[in-house]
Amino acid sequence: MEDTGYARTRRTLFSSARLLSVLNLDGPLLVGLALLAIYGLAILYSASGQSIDTVVRTVMRLALGTAAMLALTHASPNFLRRIAPWLYLFGIALLVVVEVTGVIGKGAQRWLNLGLFKFQPSEIMKLAVPMLAAWYLHDRPLPPDWKSLAVLAVIIFLPAGLVAVQPDLGTAALIAASGALLVLMAGLSMRIVLALLLAAAAAAVLGWNFLHDYQRARVLTFLNPQTDPLGAGYHIIQSQIALGSGGLFGKGWMNGSQAQLEFLPERSTDFIFAVVGEEFGLIGLIGLLALYLFIVARSVWLATQTNDTFSRLLALCLALTFFVYVFINAGMVSGLLPVVGVPLPLVSYGGTSVVTLLAGFGILMGLYSHRKLVGT
Amino acid sequence: MSSRVRIKDQWNEQRIFSQRTLGALLVIAVLVVALLARLSYLQVLRHGYYMELSQGNRVRLDPIPASRGLIVDRNGNVLANNEPAYQLELIREQVPNLTDTLKRLVELRLIDPDELEDTRRVIFSRRSFDSVPVRLRLTDDEIGRFAVHRYEFPGVDLATRQTRHYPYGSLGVHALGYVSAISEQDLERIDRASYAGTTLIGKLGVESAFEPQLHGHNGFRQILVNAQGRSVQRQGAYAPVLHSQPPTPGEDLILSIDLTAQEAAEDGLGDHRGAVVAIDPRNGDVLALASKPGFDPAEFARGISRSEYAELSDSIDKPLFNRALRGTYPSGSTIKPVIALAGLTYHLVDPNKPEFCAGVFHLPGSSLLFREGKTGRHGWLDLTHAIAKSCDVYFYGLAATVGAERIAAFMAPFGYGELTGIDISGEKPGLLPSPEWKKKTFKRPEDQVWFPGETVNFGVGQGYLLVTPLQLAHVASVLAERGKSFRPRLVTAVRDVGGQLEPIAPIANPAIQGVSSADWDLVINGMVGAATYGTAAAISKGSSYAIAGKTGTAQVFTVSRSERLTQKVAERLKDHAWFIAFAPVEAPRIAVAVLVENGGFGASAAAPIARKVMDAYLLRQNTAAETATPESEAAD
Repeated sequence: MEDTGYARTRRTLFSSARLLSVLNLDGPLLVGLALLAIYGLAILYSASGQSIDTVVRTVMRLALGTAAMLALTHASPNFLRRIAPWLYLFGIALLVVVEVTGVIGKGAQRWLNLGLFKFQPSEIMKLAVPMLAAWYLHDRPLPPDWKSLAVLAVIIFLPAGLVAVQPDLGTAALIAASGALLVLMAGLSMRIVLALLLAAAAAAVLGWNFLHDYQRARVLTFLNPQTDPLGAGYHIIQSQIALGSGGLFGKGWMNGSQAQLEFLPERSTDFIFAVVGEEFGLIGLIGLLALYLFIVARSVWLATQTNDTFSRLLALCLALTFFVYVFINAGMVSGLLPVVGVPLPLVSYGGTSVVTLLAGFGILMGLYSHRKLVGT
Repeated sequence: MSSRVRIKDQWNEQRIFSQRTLGALLVIAVLVVALLARLSYLQVLRHGYYMELSQGNRVRLDPIPASRGLIVDRNGNVLANNEPAYQLELIREQVPNLTDTLKRLVELRLIDPDELEDTRRVIFSRRSFDSVPVRLRLTDDEIGRFAVHRYEFPGVDLATRQTRHYPYGSLGVHALGYVSAISEQDLERIDRASYAGTTLIGKLGVESAFEPQLHGHNGFRQILVNAQGRSVQRQGAYAPVLHSQPPTPGEDLILSIDLTAQEAAEDGLGDHRGAVVAIDPRNGDVLALASKPGFDPAEFARGISRSEYAELSDSIDKPLFNRALRGTYPSGSTIKPVIALAGLTYHLVDPNKPEFCAGVFHLPGSSLLFREGKTGRHGWLDLTHAIAKSCDVYFYGLAATVGAERIAAFMAPFGYGELTGIDISGEKPGLLPSPEWKKKTFKRPEDQVWFPGETVNFGVGQGYLLVTPLQLAHVASVLAERGKSFRPRLVTAVRDVGGQLEPIAPIANPAIQGVSSADWDLVINGMVGAATYGTAAAISKGSSYAIAGKTGTAQVFTVSRSERLTQKVAERLKDHAWFIAFAPVEAPRIAVAVLVENGGFGASAAAPIARKVMDAYLLRQNTAAETATPESEAAD
């Protein structure tokens, strides 16, 4: 009996592994993503005020994202390199279309109404920018020279600029960050990094004049939320109350007064991290962060196993960008960073980011599983 | 360097890639540590602080107003209590069609068509889930009208709130005071927190002076609210424990007022303007304190309209004016017993030596003539008869002999020119003049001189001297107790929620020193004479107890015969009538002062009122032994 059971387990594991390898999937990463999705759905149910509808719609988006992931695992690095310029141009074209005819949503032109659902073209750029940058650097010696850097700057800042004028500062920053991370991984001299940081500081002073009022308000209230407790500072104050009152162990699932009584704004979208902190406490947040870190760590490991420039840079960039998303959202909710409207990846409700993110992981797994097909 | 063609160096790229990956992992580690540090700070170190903030967010305190303490008279008759009042309230979000609903409320005559727009504005100024009062103080008839049609008005309902009720209407209003909406000035001196949920506060009288005792302590109920401030029973699976604390009702006040004496005083005054104050000389208990005309305190409790208030405050009869405490008048001849005592105490008069009254007094060393009042000439009179007959000529002479300084000094301990210290506010001190006072008060040197003629006038209570009815009741009680007196008081005990009576001890004034017992007898005999064979002889007719009294007439205006005045003006220029008395003479239990404005002569206008009050108090008290009051039962 014991033998049979052991054998059955062995057989199941073996067939699962074979299935995974046929599908070009990475088991540990898949498990990490699945656990995160389940945790996320549980939180979302509570954070949305027990809305089954919200959960169902998120499950549908997850399914769509999983489909994209499964499809993209089969894309070889060569194929991805081939389509990178076209995807990029397609994304730029869509951004221009949005700029011209975009539907007004939340005071910003971000959506493209495709009839069935609203689509954010900026999401495409989150993938297209690192893909094109990796494509560009693939044949060139690293670290990149000045000419390459100039081309990369155009590749990165053209779409970032288009998104920023929508205006969606958060997504623009994320697009720019993913491109910048890739260039950094490609061996950009630390002296240039330092010089760029100084230049950015100078630009920030100048750029202040070009910011929209609400963007300025966000910066100001980040620096001192108490100045406007009922206005722009309300988000930050309420999210910190939610986190702080959650304590070590939290108030319990669906028992967070800040979230349940709607004191916490955007509780199921940008500020869902605070709901986790309120209802599951620091322990719950550590669990959530552990899942994220596992996913990031596994992704980085997968990236190190690839063996061509394009794959390495793109895979590592996707892994690190994922962490940047998590950190910006958690930092914003906990008051370390200004409020920039970046969702918590795979947990926040809404938007097309779930699809983009899972597509990104599909690309990552594909790059890993196709690593031997590229000769050295 | 730039000319050199660079080729891809796989080994070097691998090295860069590994270095950068390690660097990235390091940065990630640092950022994660920073994030965890921040979260630990918020969730562990500052947990208590944020917990309190989140409590404050979701829990609102809903005050439960304490019911105001009762006010009862000395026999347990309730003078002020609380009664539910009905008002119509509307919750906007529950009303299907607001315009139509308001229109039909107008049709039912529950909303004044003129107030329709205001009402609508008030409704929209509040949150949609708030219950907004659209009509206050419904009459029984209106309640009935609404009740019949209630089913047609979803979202509209009757609500009750406690309001102050005075079962005897305007009776004793100047002693009780009234309650009214809390004003801006009130808000500055009260603890706002303890008045949350309370709409009324004591104004004037006992209601104001004993506000802290009557008010009690409001309770509270924690209610769960969401971010919009809407009260929620339960939100999702979230069900916290909520606390509440019941209110502590205000304490009851036991007044010294005797309802029958108070009724007698107000009935006696009738439509006259005037005041009556009766005091128990043995402890300072104020048995009656009436000022006429009065007003209905209920108007204030339920919210007085501007026009109603204007009517009260602009009336020529000044119904809001508390004559008993704040009305200052010349004392007239009621001063004579005190002047007589001064003469006796300073040994400046031989009480048995008769003086001759020819109806006119010549001030020695002056050409001034001082005439007797209406009573004409009295002939030969000793001191006792001079008091009884109220002979002005006798007291002109006596005052001139004693001198203004000594008269003023002797009168001061009786309470002239000083507050009696009664336990409600608003009292006026009146004025006790003296040569020294005149020097201090007037600026021009020619006005600072005290003329001998003024001393003469002093002897009959005319001139600068001003007294309040309360002060004269106090003087009567000093005479009754032969120099001993107490601070007048309206509240004798406070009864807490458990029914425990806490008596307030009477406060004794320093007794008047240096007046011999024989001199008290002489003067009191004079006052008994006044009430039996003298100026107020009629008062003792049919009385079963002995009365000591003194009439007085305070000149308002010196009417010259040549002036022709209209009847109405003439009415208001007539003299004020005074009467002070105490009884029974051998063991006084009541001392009274009655003032009738423009009443003319004290004996006819004021004295009968005093008799009514004394009868009401003394005779009822004699028969009250069998009919024990609830209060005395409780005391057993």
